[in-house]
Amino acid sequence: MTPRLRRRVFLAAAAVAGALLLWGLTGLPDYGVYNGPYGDVLNRVAVAERKATNVVASVTFDYRGVDTMGEEYILFAAVLGVAILLRAQRDETEQPPDEDAADRRAPGTSNAVRVIGLALVGPVVLFGIYVVSHGHLSPGGGFQGGVVLATAALLVFLSGEYVTLRRLSPEVVLDTAESVGAAGYVAVGLLGVAAGATFLANVLPLGHPGALLSAGTIPVINLAVGLEVAGGFVLLLSEFLEQTLVIRRPGEVT
Amino acid sequence: MIVLEVAVFLLVAAAGTAVVLTRDPLNQAIVASFYGLVLGIMFLVYQAPDVALSQITVGAVALPLMILLALAKVRALEGSRGRDDR
Repeated sequence: MTPRLRRRVFLAAAAVAGALLLWGLTGLPDYGVYNGPYGDVLNRVAVAERKATNVVASVTFDYRGVDTMGEEYILFAAVLGVAILLRAQRDETEQPPDEDAADRRAPGTSNAVRVIGLALVGPVVLFGIYVVSHGHLSPGGGFQGGVVLATAALLVFLSGEYVTLRRLSPEVVLDTAESVGAAGYVAVGLLGVAAGATFLANVLPLGHPGALLSAGTIPVINLAVGLEVAGGFVLLLSEFLEQTLVIRRPGEVT
Repeated sequence: MIVLEVAVFLLVAAAGTAVVLTRDPLNQAIVASFYGLVLGIMFLVYQAPDVALSQITVGAVALPLMILLALAKVRALEGSRGRDDR
């Protein structure tokens, strides 16, 4: 295909796509106008029905809990795929990362970064646990809190402590956290079936709105998702770091 | 409030354009991280704090990090090829 022909094909395709986009835009409701009934209905009944002050959480983990389970397994499958793709190949060798090697990617960390990074680890872990455990009360939840927890591991690495990171998060622990979290979601769902209701039905005591132990299964699912996401993200981080710092191809700069 | 909404829209448009115009992948990862942060602020302005939290952690931290680590690996490989040529 010559560049000239390619440009023509692109222009034709862009014109059609642009026209469709404009057509679609004309059919949108006006700025700030909300026509759907579901949001209004949920805003009225959700807190009374599920006792969760964060209505978003009662939607994602209860009213449409099965969708969120699918989303969780997308991440699970993605981490699994990365772990398989980034494993050590037959022609590659693993070398213990030498933090002092000149052309290694271990950052030459300054004392300021080291101190600030390590000082932030504690507060970040605490904040992550808070976001996971208060998902049904305030913005946040298992997914957001899980990623926040995983950034604590990133801070440990940024402080120049790759070896410490590996020692703090052995793969067995990460694998277990990820798997237990993923299985936990289904287990909570089966709890509903065991109680004679439907899959993922909210069968635990609901409590009072605003209390830490309230909203039935929602905080339990949040905990499971938090475990899965934190484990999965640290595993992802470890796989990438291992590729960059430990695994060598023949002839690769070490 | 409307001023804030317009401002954050313009900021998102500017940051998105900056990501496209940045050609060096290393710089692009940093600009994309900033774009992720701005997008998170937009979600916050539009009262979606749940989405804003996910957007900031994933868009501003996790995604740029993956790009940086992948770049580091690619450069290590390219470095070895350069050495072979000599």
